Amino acid sequence: MSQELLAQLALDLPKGLVRTAVQAPDPVLSTRCVEVDPCDPATVSLAADLLATMAAAPGCVGLAANQIGVGQRVFSLDVSAHSKTRTHHGRFVLVNPVIEQASRNEKAREGCLSVPDFTGDVKRATRLTVSGRVPGTGAAVIITTDAFEARAIQHEVDHLEGLLFLDRAAGAHAIHARQNYL
Amino acid sequence: MHLKSNSVPSVNSYAVTVVGHDRPGIVAGVTGALATHGGNIEDSSMTLLRGYFAWTLLVSLDADLATVETTLAPLAEPNLKIAVIELAPEVTGTQAATHWLSVHGSDRPGIVSAVTAVVAGAGGNITDLTTRLAGTLYVVLADVFLPPGVDVAVLEQQLAAVSAQLGVEVTLRVADNDDVL
Ligand SMILES: [Zn+2]
Repeated sequence: MSQELLAQLALDLPKGLVRTAVQAPDPVLSTRCVEVDPCDPATVSLAADLLATMAAAPGCVGLAANQIGVGQRVFSLDVSAHSKTRTHHGRFVLVNPVIEQASRNEKAREGCLSVPDFTGDVKRATRLTVSGRVPGTGAAVIITTDAFEARAIQHEVDHLEGLLFLDRAAGAHAIHARQNYL
Repeated sequence: MHLKSNSVPSVNSYAVTVVGHDRPGIVAGVTGALATHGGNIEDSSMTLLRGYFAWTLLVSLDADLATVETTLAPLAEPNLKIAVIELAPEVTGTQAATHWLSVHGSDRPGIVSAVTAVVAGAGGNITDLTTRLAGTLYVVLADVFLPPGVDVAVLEQQLAAVSAQLGVEVTLRVADNDDVL
């Protein structure tokens, strides 16, 4: 990955607010989010709130705007500290993301801040190319990644489509009670 | 040369259900009792549903129904029921699921019946089913066998109509074939 891309993705945002996470079955999670202007100050503020909320939730590596009740196509991600991560692009926010290419499906278990009681076995691509805009600058970026970052991006883009991992559960036994490690 | 056995053992097939309050040792007790008659446990499925023990097992053994019932009776408790059903020797084979059905939304009565009625109306068969309730979130996951000729697009439309009535999300997906290595 290029240093230029990382520089484009790196955000220098005002400190955001920690927002309340919405939980299923809230309808906002099942509604397709709408495109938004990446340069709109409200979008920049939303990006900051997503990062703040994500950082405040233990184990949360990605957050879509509708998970804090905003039906706009924006998500934040930071899988840099996750053990299943290979390629990663640090902590970033993507506006109006579009999955351009996805291949090499693998099944793995994933959880969601909005579905706190369950985890699910979901098949997702392990090679992924996603395009989108950076909040603030509006820069058009194309991210190519793999492994856990690819899974996390697909999970967040699903949110923006109004889909939860529950919609992609691989069969009748694909949902599990979430283990509490604390 | 092929020798025919003079005494063909009359092995019977039973379904045993064990349902009730959980405690350690239920599986060991039931399988131990069945083993005293040479019982052979075939397919079985056990889980805890909200802490309640629920087990269905298919067992073949050389004993009549009354004997199996008598064997298992001492293991039953006021809060742990054991039932034995004698099965016909020939059972229809397993149907591989062609589709996965996912339903989630606010808990309310009638979600499972309304959605599965649509599937049944199309000639589909539920081959596996899990339902979960957590807070107000209700989740239904079903493996479905749709016979050839079912118009999946029409079925999806019918499911969408029912889901709109119920205010839940319904997804029908083609089941992935398992990878064989
Ligand atoms: Zn999520």
